[in-house]
Amino acid sequence: MALPTDPTDFSLAEAREAVAAKKISSLELTAAFIKAVEAARPLNAFVTETPERAAAMASESDARLAKGVVRPLEGLPLAIKDLFCTKGVRTTAGSNILSNFVPPYESTVTQNLWNAGAVLLGKTNMDEFAMGSSNETSHFGPVISPWRSRGSNAKLVPGGSSGGSAASVSANLCLAATGTDTGGSIRQPAAVTGSVGMKPTYGRCSRWGIVAFASSLDQAGPMTRTVRDAAIILKAMASVDPKDSTSVDIPVPDYEAGLESGVKGLRIGIPKEYRMDGAPPEIDAIWNKGAQWLNAQGAEIVEVSLPHTKYALPTYYIVAPAEASSNLARYDGVRYGRRAKDVHDIVDLYEKSRADGFGPEVKRRILIGTYVLSSGYYDAYYLRAQKLRTLIARDFTEAFRQCDVLLTPATPGPAFAIGEKTADPVSMYLNDVFTVTVNLAGLPGLSVPAGLTAEGLPLGLQLIGKAFDEATVLCVGRAVETAANFTAKPQKWWRAA
Amino acid sequence: MSVDKDTVRRIARLARLALEEERVEPMVRELNGILAWVEQLKKVDVEGVAPLTSVVEQRLKMREDVVTEGDNADALMANAPGGEDHFFVVPKVVE
Amino acid sequence: MSATRSKYIQGSTGPWEIVVGLEVHCQILSAAKLFSGAATEFGADPNSQVSFVDAAMPGMLPVINKKCVEQAVRTGLGLKAKINLTSVFDRKNYFYPDLPAGYQISQYKNPIVGEGEVFIDLAGGETVRVGIERLHMEQDAGKSLHDQHPDHSFVDLNRSGVALMEIVSRPDMRSSEEAAAFLKKLRAIVRYLGTCDGNMDEGSMRADVNVSVRKPGAGLGTRCEIKNVNSMRFIAQAIEFEARRQIDVLEAGGTIKQETRLFDSRAGETRSMRSKEEAHDYRYFPDPDLLPLVLDQALVDEIAASLPELPDEKRVRFMQMGLSAYDATVLVAERETADYFEAMLAAGADAKAAANWLNNEYFGRLNKAGLSIADGPVPAAANSAIVQMVSADVISGKIAKDVLDVVWSDGGDPRAIVEERGLKQVTDTDAIEKAVDAVIVANPDKVEAAKAKPQLVGWFVGQVMKSTGGKANPSAVNAILKARLGLPEGG
Ligand SMILES: [Mg+2]
Ligand SMILES: [Zn+2]
Repeated sequence: MALPTDPTDFSLAEAREAVAAKKISSLELTAAFIKAVEAARPLNAFVTETPERAAAMASESDARLAKGVVRPLEGLPLAIKDLFCTKGVRTTAGSNILSNFVPPYESTVTQNLWNAGAVLLGKTNMDEFAMGSSNETSHFGPVISPWRSRGSNAKLVPGGSSGGSAASVSANLCLAATGTDTGGSIRQPAAVTGSVGMKPTYGRCSRWGIVAFASSLDQAGPMTRTVRDAAIILKAMASVDPKDSTSVDIPVPDYEAGLESGVKGLRIGIPKEYRMDGAPPEIDAIWNKGAQWLNAQGAEIVEVSLPHTKYALPTYYIVAPAEASSNLARYDGVRYGRRAKDVHDIVDLYEKSRADGFGPEVKRRILIGTYVLSSGYYDAYYLRAQKLRTLIARDFTEAFRQCDVLLTPATPGPAFAIGEKTADPVSMYLNDVFTVTVNLAGLPGLSVPAGLTAEGLPLGLQLIGKAFDEATVLCVGRAVETAANFTAKPQKWWRAA
Repeated sequence: MSVDKDTVRRIARLARLALEEERVEPMVRELNGILAWVEQLKKVDVEGVAPLTSVVEQRLKMREDVVTEGDNADALMANAPGGEDHFFVVPKVVE
Repeated sequence: MSATRSKYIQGSTGPWEIVVGLEVHCQILSAAKLFSGAATEFGADPNSQVSFVDAAMPGMLPVINKKCVEQAVRTGLGLKAKINLTSVFDRKNYFYPDLPAGYQISQYKNPIVGEGEVFIDLAGGETVRVGIERLHMEQDAGKSLHDQHPDHSFVDLNRSGVALMEIVSRPDMRSSEEAAAFLKKLRAIVRYLGTCDGNMDEGSMRADVNVSVRKPGAGLGTRCEIKNVNSMRFIAQAIEFEARRQIDVLEAGGTIKQETRLFDSRAGETRSMRSKEEAHDYRYFPDPDLLPLVLDQALVDEIAASLPELPDEKRVRFMQMGLSAYDATVLVAERETADYFEAMLAAGADAKAAANWLNNEYFGRLNKAGLSIADGPVPAAANSAIVQMVSADVISGKIAKDVLDVVWSDGGDPRAIVEERGLKQVTDTDAIEKAVDAVIVANPDKVEAAKAKPQLVGWFVGQVMKSTGGKANPSAVNAILKARLGLPEGG
């Protein structure tokens, strides 16, 4: 394998080999990324950079490497979404209310990564409390996508809510990043930034130590430059955690091992309801191409039906805000986080701290969530949505009788301009139309870069698998990746800025 | 179903979110926009369908009755905006 | 059944009936909390028994304590209740500084324990059945201290997340006495089961009292809930006050507003809790951090097989041994008392004699000294030995009390004390005759009087006992005296 000359251009797998073979030290590799992160500040991808910690971790890895002890991610620098609590490193969830919060504990997922030898470059920007699809709701300002439309300098969104992670991966500011996905927050930003993003099966990665948005939907996963890298990182992130009651007691397989086993004989389902009226023709085109690629490699293409698809988004916008309204009640200015000044009583303290601490989208969702749970409305909204969830999950069970993996578009379109959709919440919500069903059913979903629009913006394809069958999803993803041969990278315009 | 200004004020109060009076009317509009959109769920026949609260199909895991945590007041209080002698301090609560 | 036992309250418009239901919060006996590994011990330094879960730090998740589940099942079985093999934890959402997450994890729609029953024993010997509606598990809240500072409250989360069982009764009680008897019985049951220590001073048992009044025979009236009443005495006071208040309101032509009230023990009255009144919308929904709690019937059976004998069963057994209903009720009221009594029997004492001895002698002394049976200075074996010596006529009842005094203050083996101090009862007829004769000779005038007034024989018995240092067998003394004085046998 011919290695790139700039170490930030390495894939994670390449870097792993180079470091293990001592072609480059972890410290050298890390230093290159620290520089890249600094140079990319115009992207606003990081909320907190941790160069000293990164250097210290890299040195420790080099010491281990010198002794010949090599852990799976030894010395490999990663970026962590600022939703994962990191001990001693500020964790904000993109919110003003947590803008001064320094956790005294480490999330299980990040601890797993450090135990595997990874290096922390910093915490990435994100939509506030992961509520958003464009990274524009962050208290720390929007993340600017590294991508630009051909011939335009307009600032585009990187998708969201894991927008900082997506931008970092696609701009080569880290080897890989973590994201979290409640309705599409890994797959959707990955797709619009030409990255790979995987939401594992609900229960695969521990939620312990990740700031909760909607507990029954939240799931952590990798954001990487290649499918192989996603397999490597997922293996390290996932674990069976006694501290999370919803972490599932199934051993974590070696996802990398079966990656190249091919798609011959696999049945790929095409859900007809994902062919949306008014979707840009480029989306349909890339989707058809994806089916052809897989077919050409020996997979059988079957049409399947997911009849309740169109109800998924409204269902999600009841369930997620309801859970969020309760999950975010703890941010009250009493034990941690921002507290409003000049309050005259405890109710005032709560109301002002929360009003100052939360941004408009979070407030909107808290209010919707409070409303749909309130007495007299619970049955009409929340209970009905939970029943819809049963129907949506049942659709998948039915579909998987006829196929092994589903192939769908990842997003209804490419990245849009900053500010373009902020006025209308519902139009913003529609960005997750293809991803949200997967969260409601708890299934694994993978977004793989598949091509560029006429304007030169990335589009992705999504693969959806059966519960805990990430291995097959990744294997099919690898097949798509091979066929798509997506090599486009954004111009590093921010270096001049 | 849609919300009016009083409802918005009531749920804001329930959610302990101070809402400036000039934000009430726009919030009514925004929430009603979302509610009108989710209204389509009413069209689905959910008769006899069980609600799904978790996709996880396993027994609730349990911990043993062993003391493993605590004795950690300094770390617990480290982020507290009001803290004194290992107490969290808030404005006086009157019953 | 209510009509006969009701103690109607007289109002200006006629009699009224009180209707009481209780919601009792019992702290589950466990080392760690319901959903975290922090300790539950009472009286620790502020915030020293708080995990990041109990403080609702970001990203923290609950994992249930198995022991707490088993304790809830055990209690349910002790209440002869239905155990629900599937139960669900819900979130009850509200803001309060001692509720860190902004919600309490509780079981709302699907509790772990369904309907059961408790029988309460009233002073007149009557037994009343009180239905149990449900028992559910939930987290306790922390504690806010309001009187340390003029403008601040201080929050200690040590109790936050401690496991509670909330036991809800049917509105089956008709007086403050019945409510107190219910609480007492419930306390006995959980203490027998070892699922709660029943310590009301430390807050391990607290009651919310629902009170309404109605005209005899009418339907249920509107109830008020009196929150967190923490002693038996206060419960009775609160009910009395609240019933009277409601009657006054109704008789003045008013209506009762369903509300939550607070009992002010200093003023002896209940007051409306306006601050908590405004927004009672708890927005319950199943906690997405937890899965439904599903139990195997086998586990329930295993717990059922390990249940101890409970007060009602014990009482029946004690009565079968010949105890009166009253004695049996007293002895089973506390597990320690029953255990003590049974230890006396195991050491050889006769049941009736032991029961009489405890109820007439030992408990009185404990009461006077303000001691519980566990803290009393006399071991069960010692009391058993004393009772046995009385039964075997080795010592008299009077000497028995003296021996108890000695063991109470100095300890020691009662048999050795009797031996060493020569306290054995004199049954030797010659010796008793000698003593009787001496008294007769010394009191000729009394002898004459006794012939006319046979009750005076008691005075002679007293004199003989005195001269023998209480050691003479009283029945022998009686018989010899009567013979000597020429009085009829018996009587
Ligand atoms: Mg209650
Ligand atoms: Zn309760």
